[in-house]
Amino acid sequence: MDSSQAVYQGLKKAGIDFMVSLPCVNLGKIIDMAEDDPDVIHVPVTREEEGFGICAGAFLGGKKPVILMQNSGLGNSVNVLASLYKLYQLPILMIMSHRGTEGEFMSAQIPMGEATPGVLDALEIAYLLPKTPEEASKLVPEAWLMAEMADSPLAMLLDVKFWEI
Amino acid sequence: MERIKAIEKISAQLEDELVICNIGFPSRELYAVKDSPTHFYMLGSMGMTSSIGLGLALAQKRKVVALDGDGSLLMNLGSLVTIFSQDPENFILVVLDNECYGSTGSQCTYASNVDLSRVAEAVGFKNIFTFIDEIDFSKVLKTTGPVFVHVKVEPGNADVPVINMEPEEIKTRFMENL
Repeated sequence: MDSSQAVYQGLKKAGIDFMVSLPCVNLGKIIDMAEDDPDVIHVPVTREEEGFGICAGAFLGGKKPVILMQNSGLGNSVNVLASLYKLYQLPILMIMSHRGTEGEFMSAQIPMGEATPGVLDALEIAYLLPKTPEEASKLVPEAWLMAEMADSPLAMLLDVKFWEI
Repeated sequence: MERIKAIEKISAQLEDELVICNIGFPSRELYAVKDSPTHFYMLGSMGMTSSIGLGLALAQKRKVVALDGDGSLLMNLGSLVTIFSQDPENFILVVLDNECYGSTGSQCTYASNVDLSRVAEAVGFKNIFTFIDEIDFSKVLKTTGPVFVHVKVEPGNADVPVINMEPEEIKTRFMENL
């Protein structure tokens, strides 16, 4: 089982039925799986903030939402996470490709990569760091349950090395 | 027309439709004119009205009316592209356009230079209504979505109180009603 299959299996096990996505080289296979899945509503979006808005509406409408995103997009989503998700206590699972971590080939990714955990901490959004496909397939369903029980966003930070498996 | 009058005319036509209402005075004016468990009042996240509305429309079958503003739509203009591409037949996006940021002191927006109906038309929206002096929302409700409704209103806010509900109460009431 490779990393992408492990994450997607976990999402299915959690009963996730609504996914918005933004591209990242590491998320390509998961995005294709979402698009091909007849039981999932998949909405490609133009910007992460917009994706969070759409997922909030989907949750109000009874869906279990996930955003597939690169950590760079966390920067343009801080306000929606605080003044929509935290304010109204809404859950969402954030599957984040964490660029700028060990093994990163592009130096431009490093500043936001380093800032990412601190931004999540400032927003009081918990995050999990599975390192292998096995850990991911176990943690993804638990992560959704934790988000739902806490009525809060929860992030999975999947670093550069994770995607090499 | 004053914005509160436009909100009054639109909300008078609504029954089972779900409403996502923009942050600031638009939500306060809707709350003052007519409150309902079908209303979700935004208290933050400016720019997100059309996106929350789209997600809600895609997630379930009931008709969704998003009451957006010119300034907030301009903050999230990419949303028009996503709405058009997702093509939800149960979604009506209303833009109450007063050409200014009314809740922060009426600073001008570029909506005085740019016709937002023409933007929607260029994106590809087929069903566009523009209202200036009169609003016939019954026609809008009979139209298959996505519908773009452009309502020109005067700047200024009505003298209405703040919404006397906690955010979680707004959410829970809305979801229990679905």
